[in-house]
Amino acid sequence: MSAILVDLVLFTLLVVLAIQIVRLDHLFVVTMLSGVFSLLTAGLFITMDAPDVAFTEAAVGAGISTVLMLGTLALTSQTMKKPKRTQTIPLLVVIATGMALLYSTLDMPAFGDANAPAQTHVGPYYITQTPVEIDVPNIVTAVLASYRGFDTLGEVVVVFMAGAGVLALLGHKPIRRVIAAQAGTANRREDDE
Amino acid sequence: MNHHIVLRVITKILIAPIVLFGLYVQFHGDFGAGGGFQAGVIVAVGFILYALIYGLAATQRVMPLWVVRTAACFGVLIYTGVGVATMILGGNFLDYDFVSSDPVNYAIAGQHLGILLIEAGVGLTVAAVMILVFYGFADAAGPIKDEDW
Repeated sequence: MSAILVDLVLFTLLVVLAIQIVRLDHLFVVTMLSGVFSLLTAGLFITMDAPDVAFTEAAVGAGISTVLMLGTLALTSQTMKKPKRTQTIPLLVVIATGMALLYSTLDMPAFGDANAPAQTHVGPYYITQTPVEIDVPNIVTAVLASYRGFDTLGEVVVVFMAGAGVLALLGHKPIRRVIAAQAGTANRREDDE
Repeated sequence: MNHHIVLRVITKILIAPIVLFGLYVQFHGDFGAGGGFQAGVIVAVGFILYALIYGLAATQRVMPLWVVRTAACFGVLIYTGVGVATMILGGNFLDYDFVSSDPVNYAIAGQHLGILLIEAGVGLTVAAVMILVFYGFADAAGPIKDEDW
């Protein structure tokens, strides 16, 4: 009963936050709210017994992403530009996509279903063989670092490439001056208005 | 921002536990929740917090740009190096069964050593890239002015 109550509260807060994030113009507040959104999602992962994912979501989604978004805001502008056209068509597209996603969940196995493909395919192998082959208590680590070591190598290279990309875009002194100059003129223009 | 004494003191108290917790998550990932990705982010947060309060220049004296850049590359190098080492020692790429010289139970010992090494590589790269990305943004944006606080 309490589990359902916790889920209900978390999901309600997520929906309220999502609506607020869409409605607000002030990007600083939006960034902070999306950090809160990540933290609530981390709470949801905890209720689903996935502490590793919750940990990552809390550290990356609520922590680093928020700081980096704030850094981006410092480079650009604090307020959203008013859209020139009406947003009926985007709204319809979003509603249609949401409906399609909701419809597709009808085919998915129920949460915690013992007959779901995730539980019957390779899951049992990892659960029975990890103590024999890897002998670490956390099966998630065994899968991530050993069974799927090559995937994790790919993820690390992606993180590395992201760093290299940011360095290539922002690490170059003359480009930084151009960005700073543009941000300066943008801020001045806002001050004039 | 010399007059933000509460922030400065709290930050100084917090940074050591943050980095310590990062190391705990790094080396305790085999036993509980966590691992290289989470640990790397937590350690990076320690440095980013310092940079937010004490400024970018002070942080880059502690953790210069070239160190972060080298560390980011070095993490990937450790990871792929373990993979190449397993190939030289007779296994497949990233098959840790062969990395340990332990005569008995070499497969399990090898798995433990391999996971420790690649998690170290993951943690190093993630921490370095997070700090690097923050440096990129913070350097381009310039220091935070007092009236922006």
